[in-house]
Amino acid sequence: MKRISWLLLVVGLVALPACVTINIYFPAAAAEKAADKIIDEVWQLKGEQAAPETKESK
Amino acid sequence: MMKKLLFTLLLLPLLAFAAADLEINTPAISALKSAMQGRHGQLAAHYASGAVGLTRDGLIAVHDANAVPLKDRQGVNSLVAAENNDRNALYREIAAANGHPEWEAEVRSTFAGRWVQKAQGGWWYQDASGWAKK
Repeated sequence: MKRISWLLLVVGLVALPACVTINIYFPAAAAEKAADKIIDEVWQLKGEQAAPETKESK
Repeated sequence: MMKKLLFTLLLLPLLAFAAADLEINTPAISALKSAMQGRHGQLAAHYASGAVGLTRDGLIAVHDANAVPLKDRQGVNSLVAAENNDRNALYREIAAANGHPEWEAEVRSTFAGRWVQKAQGGWWYQDASGWAKK
């Protein structure tokens, strides 16, 4: 049991900097997702949101 | 005591995972969104005629004033100015809502790309070399 506790502690300590990292660097993918959501609402594109990813070309 | 500490440590990464989505559900952001949505009813025709286009910095600008009758030009200018005010505020609010006001420029450039990506065919937008028609 004690060994498991130590293992968990180490895992937690290793994972801790990961949270900090996520918050320091700009989350580009999340930002794109947020932007898409807002743009769909502002431009009311929800109906045709089904295939936005297939329109990669300009 | 030890158990509690462990539990907290294990939960932290989960919190970070939950934070992988950007916060965009604040009253300020919602207000800006609905103002912009209302304004889009008026702007859509100007995007389609080429009078107004999307800029590289996530804003809009008059692209071809001649596409608008002289008497309506002032109205278009006001629409553009109001929309840009809201867009600037939107980028600022998103960065602030996520606790990182310094992200504003990156939020803006993300939006700049997505506006163009989602623009309809025939609309004008700016890329590195100037105005282009989608």
